[in-house]
Order: sequence, then structure tokens, then C-alpha cells
Amino acid sequence: VTDYLLHAMIYLGAATIAVPVARLLGLGSVLGYLIAGVIIGPLTGLVVDSETETLQHFAEFGVVMMLFLVGLELEPSVMWSMRRRLVGLGGMQVVLTVLAVAALALVAGVDWRIALAAGLILASSSTAIVLQTFDEKGLARTEGGRAGFSVLLFQDLAVIPIIALLPLLALPELVSTVGNGLDADQSLVADLPDWLYGLVLIGSIGIVVVGGHYLSGPIFRFVARSGLREAFTTTALALVVGIAALMGLVGLSPALGAFLAGMVLANSEFRHELEANIEPFKGLLLGLFFITVGAGIRFDLLREDLGLVLGLTLGIMLLKAAILFGLALVAKLRRSDGWLFTLSLAQAGEFGFVLLGYSQDNDVLDAGIARLLALVIALSMFLTPMLFIVFDKVIVPRYQARDDDREPDDVDDEGQVIIAGVGRFGQIVNRLLLANDVPTVVLDRFVGQVERMSQIQMKTYYGDASRPGLLQTAGIANASALVIAIDDYEGSVEMTKYVKHAYPEVFVLARAFDRGHQYLLREAGADYIVKETYYSALELGGETLKRLGLHPFVAQRRRAAFERVEECSGEKLYQAWLEREAEEGFGDNYVDLYMEVERVLDEAMKKNRDDSHDRAERGWTPPPKNYLDDFEGD
Amino acid sequence: MYYRGMTNPDRKILILFAHPSLDRSEVNAELLRAASAVEGISIVDLYGEYPTYQIDIDREQQRLLEHDVVIFMFPLYWYSTPAILKEWQDLVLEYGFAYGADGTALNGKTLLCAITAGGPEEAYRAEGFNHFTLRELLRPIEQTAILCGMRFLAPFALFGSRTAVDGGRVGNHVAEWVNLLEALRDDRVDLAAAQDLSKLNAAGDESTGDKA
Repeated sequence: VTDYLLHAMIYLGAATIAVPVARLLGLGSVLGYLIAGVIIGPLTGLVVDSETETLQHFAEFGVVMMLFLVGLELEPSVMWSMRRRLVGLGGMQVVLTVLAVAALALVAGVDWRIALAAGLILASSSTAIVLQTFDEKGLARTEGGRAGFSVLLFQDLAVIPIIALLPLLALPELVSTVGNGLDADQSLVADLPDWLYGLVLIGSIGIVVVGGHYLSGPIFRFVARSGLREAFTTTALALVVGIAALMGLVGLSPALGAFLAGMVLANSEFRHELEANIEPFKGLLLGLFFITVGAGIRFDLLREDLGLVLGLTLGIMLLKAAILFGLALVAKLRRSDGWLFTLSLAQAGEFGFVLLGYSQDNDVLDAGIARLLALVIALSMFLTPMLFIVFDKVIVPRYQARDDDREPDDVDDEGQVIIAGVGRFGQIVNRLLLANDVPTVVLDRFVGQVERMSQIQMKTYYGDASRPGLLQTAGIANASALVIAIDDYEGSVEMTKYVKHAYPEVFVLARAFDRGHQYLLREAGADYIVKETYYSALELGGETLKRLGLHPFVAQRRRAAFERVEECSGEKLYQAWLEREAEEGFGDNYVDLYMEVERVLDEAMKKNRDDSHDRAERGWTPPPKNYLDDFEGD
Repeated sequence: MYYRGMTNPDRKILILFAHPSLDRSEVNAELLRAASAVEGISIVDLYGEYPTYQIDIDREQQRLLEHDVVIFMFPLYWYSTPAILKEWQDLVLEYGFAYGADGTALNGKTLLCAITAGGPEEAYRAEGFNHFTLRELLRPIEQTAILCGMRFLAPFALFGSRTAVDGGRVGNHVAEWVNLLEALRDDRVDLAAAQDLSKLNAAGDESTGDKA
């Protein structure tokens, strides 16, 4: 066990140091992980190749989780609107890249089968690096980002026919070592006839879609009702792992299956809670994946054939970039979007590793070429973060000045308000905002409440909003305001503290239970606080005055005066409360002050003069009876 | 209150702006935007600051004390100011502050109205369908100024405001507005002369042959 812990410590330690440093230098976390991998792998030899490879297969699961999360963000209707771009851009990218790579290899005198296999292996880009970087730099919603995503998704789809195609390219002289692509005992479909296999495929996808749509709700609700946070995390993990396993069994891409499942759940009220639960695992596994890519770079091979490897890597990237650039022109991706599309997808990706292993098993490539290609793929992934830096430092500034002249684009998520807690208080806030076309994201941690809300067609997400993770997935980073209306005294204070610390620009409006809570919230940094009882009590008090015979307008003025005195003394009382030292409660000084305020209030209300200005009547007081004497001179 | 730049203008100008539906405004919104770009002028959006009409009397009186020229800026509603500006007068111009034996706080200051009116200028005369000139209709405010010891200037007015955008008259009016504000601020206006005009803007409106 100590051995495992030691290794875990090496990986975690390397990431702990390298990633923050890389972010600090503006290099992005991906490059940080890659460098960490290079340091613990080829540079210092702390980890050896064999375990890196095992770990890499495990870490690739991070990609599956990432696509699940991407699916969650993407409603089917959005996906449908992307269909032309998906097939057009993605299809062209894959076909053109395969052909171009194969043609060049042929010219260089490589056997046509190897040339074609190399093309297929190098055509896909790195979903892991690209999406992670898009996310980190906020590029996912740009035109270039969306186009890039379409291509990545198509590449995921293309892996299925490519896996079917590769064995046909087997070299006769390598066939002696018998190998079957799909490991017989891990595949249910290896021996099935084609028509049956087709049925199984359709059936599996059906299970994911129908199950995701109809079964997930009741199951999540049942688990959420238990109130155990771990139980929900376990269920979420089981869901993703289960789908990946199912897809693996029938020979489909697990990432694709997870993406599909995510999309099915995009409309679910559990969406944000699912995201918050899966997100940390995805982050860890992807990080691990990047480290293993870094650690897997074989410096000895690199030294041997430095010229060849570098030449091939740069050549491939240049070729892919040229094709992407052409596609960007055709797709009318303008300015920085076209460049983002070109630069971000110019590497070979993790599917390349998978296909390499698969090709070797099927006698398509010999070990030498496979090692060479693996090195090229890894190096191209290593160089990708640099291209993003070029994009940030060279491309964006070039277009910035010109873009500034344009009218700003409508940003999807702008003006969004997050409402935490949709009980009797949050509900009213939400209805008012919705009636004014303000997009809201509503969170509540009571399943029963979420259900009641969905019965009256008020879209509500299940989840504990006092957890930072959930607020993040609900989009706090892009929100303009957060309304805190949760039924949790300490929780609301903690939430305020966290949000004002992590997102100081988000305006926090909080509901307080009482005066003490109000002060705690104010101390925590809330921008606007209202005591839940204050205004309704004032309303009722004013009504009582009216019933006692006061003229309605006089009652209204008294009420306004009361509010004014409260407001003026509020500041003093708060300061006194802040000085409460270590005492429990409000402190002696505060109590004195409170009594003083009550006295002032009393006076303000009792004064009923018609010849001087008191607070309640001021402004409506007629001038003194003899005031016309002043004008006698005129 | 909004204030832009300039530490020591010759005359400090306070614009009290009253428009209950700024989002529909075609002329006043432009005038307001132009005014906020002029240095050394304070602007108060009364409906913005007191959406429930709970005017803070002390704060408003303090503002008056700090300025030399007060401008009521509003669209003409039933030949008078929008409600909040009347409320403001009722509350802020208190006995003992603005008038009465000890009410000398506003003595020597200047008051003027910047108005947009829907009717054409021809309507605002004895033969027109509004029967009275704008100056005549503003008499209550003029007398208020007199009682407070303030100098009341002729109004700065745009007539036919509903057709001003289509008629292409807004740009010119805004330019005149900025000129006026700068001239008042820099003390370049002959206040005595400005008291007796029918309106402060040169001519320009859709009406023809208007004198200065």
C-alpha cells in the first residue's frame, strides 16, 4: 500500500507545484500538467513507462466524464441546430486530413496501408486538451469554440468506423501473431453476425436515451431524498461508469455514450447537482491524463531521431492547421474565430494512442512506427498549449482593436440571476424576475420543493446551493446577481462569504431572518439585505393605524418616518454590534443604543405640532398662522 | 446625484430631471445624455432617486445650497411639471428655508425650466389651441422663484417634441442645450436679458420666423 501512496504522492506533488506555476505564468493548466509529467517521467525517472501506460488508460476515463459534462450543457435542440456544422466541418476535417497525411506518406515511399493507417490515427484532435482549454479561457461560447467542438464531436463519432476499418489494413507479414481487435471476453458482440450487432447497437443507445429520460428522475429523487451527499455522488458516478461500460461492451465509444447520456439529462432538474458531483472527478482524471502524456514522452527516442520526430510533428501540425484554416474560410469563421479554430485543433489526440495500440494488435503497424507516431502525437499535444498562447498574445490583440468598434454581441448568459432557495420567499422573487424576462437559475436542496415547483412549471434545479461546486455549475461566474433565500441561518452567511470572496463582482442580495442575521450577512459582504419580517410587519402596522382612524395618508407618512429613523439608526447600531468583542449576543453597548433608538423613534412619532417641523409631518406642515406678516413690506 | 469633472466652475449648475418613463423618451434622454457629458454640472434623476416619492428633504435642501443655478428639466405634463417635481417643490421649498422671514437660503440664485412640449409652438398663443404662451403657463413656477428670491429665466424649450426625431430637429436642439449649459456654467449669459425672452433657444424649432 505504501508503494501506491508513494506514487500517488509523486503525481499529486508534481501537479501541485507545476499547475499553479503554469497558471501564474499564463500558460494554462494543461501545459502545467504536461510539464509536471515530463519532470517526473523522462527527466527524473520517478515513474517508469509501464505504469504510465496503465495509468493513462485509467485516466482516459476523464475524457468520458468531460463529454458527459459537455452533454449536460447541451440541450438536444442546440445539438440539432449544430448538425450541419458537425457533419460538414467535422466530416471534411477528418476526410481531408486522412487523405492528406496518407498522400504525403505515400510520396515519402511508405506502404499504402501504413500510410492510410497513419492518416486515420493522426486525423483526430485532442478533445481533452482543447475542451479543457476552451473552458479555462472562456472560449467555449465563441463561434470558433463552437465550430471546434463540432469537429471534436464528429471525430468521436468517426472512431467507430475507423476501428472497423483498421483491421482491413493489416500487413500480411505481421499477421502471424494472431490478434483480434476486440478482446473476446470483454465484448458481447465480437462473434455476432452483422445484423444482430446492428440491433444490439441500436438497443444500447435506446437504453441510454430511454433510461436516461424516464428512469433517472425517479432514481435521483429517491437518492436525493435520503439526504446523504455521498449517496448522490455515488449514483452520479455509477451512472457515468455504467454507461461507459455498456458502450465498451458493445464496442461503441464510451465517451460518445456518456455525451449522449449527458444530453438526455440536460433538461433534468438534477443537472447542476450532477455537474457539481462529476466535475471534481473529471478534473482529477484529466489532470492525471495530461501528466501521463507528459511522462510518456520518450526522450531517448527523441534524441535518436530528433530531426525526424520534430520534422514530423511540426509537419503534421502545419498540415492539420492548413486544412482547418481552409475549412474556417469555407465556414465563414471570421477574424479571431477562424484563427481559434485553426490553432486549437492542429494537434493529434488521445484517440491516436488508442488507435495506435489497436493497430499494433491488428498487425497494421510494427512497433517501431507505432513508437514514432506515439512520440509525434505526444509532442503535438505538448505544443498545443503554446498555440493557445500564440492565440492569446498575438491573434486576440490584433483583432481586439477592430472588434471594439462593433456593437457588442448578445451574450447568452448575461444578466442571469441565481436564486438559492425557492421556498415561500424565493418563489416570489423568482416570479417577479421571470415576469420581467430576467433569466434565472433556481436551486433548492429539498426534493419535495423542487417537485412542487415543477408541478407549477417553475424550472428548479435540485442541489445544495451552499456548496461552491453547485454555484459554479449554475453559472455564478457569469451571473450578475445572486439572491440568497435559503432556509439556513449559517448557510446563507457562509454562502455570502464565499461568493463575495470568489466572485466579488456578483451582486449579493440576501434575506435575513432577524437583526442579528442581518448584521452577520452584512459583515460577510452582502450588498443588499432585507429582513424577511420587516416590510410585511410595517405594512400590517400601517394598516392597523388606519383601522384606528388615522387618515390613510397620515398613516403612510408615519410609516415612512418610522422607516427613516430605522434607516438612520441602523448604521450606528451596526457599528456598535461590530464592537461586540467576544460577548455572546449583541453586547451591552448595543443594547444601550437600541434603547436609545427606541426613544428617538418614540419622540419622532409622538410629536404632533403644527408650528415646527417634526420628522413625520415635515413638508406637509403649513406655514405659521401669522406668516403673511413677512410679506407686508411688498 | 451624478457629477462629472471640473473642480471649480464659475457657476454651479444643478439639473433636477423629472421623467417617469425615460425608456420611452426620444428627446429628453438625448438631452440628459448630452448634459451628463458636460463638465461641472450636477444631475439628479428625481424618479430614479425617489421611486416611491419619499423625497429626502434635508438632502435636497443641501443640494440647493451647494449650487447657483437650478434647472427643472421635464416634459410638459398638462401644462405643468410631472408629479414628482411638484412634490419636490411642496416638500423642499419649506417655510423658513425657501421663503418667510428667515427663509433666505435661495436668495440670488437662478431658476430655469428646460422643457419639451408636444404641441407645436403656434399652439402656445392666444389664437392657438393651447391659448396661452409657454411663459404664461409657467407663471406658478415663476412666482415660486420670485417668492424664494430667485431670478427666473425664460424657458429652454423644444416644441412639437413627438415629431422632433422624424423632423431631424433633435441634433440642433441638443447642441444648443450644451451651449447654454456651458455658457451658464462659465458665467457668459446675460441673466438680466435672459429673464425677458419668450424662450432661451435661438429659434430652430419647426416654427418659422421665431425671434431670439
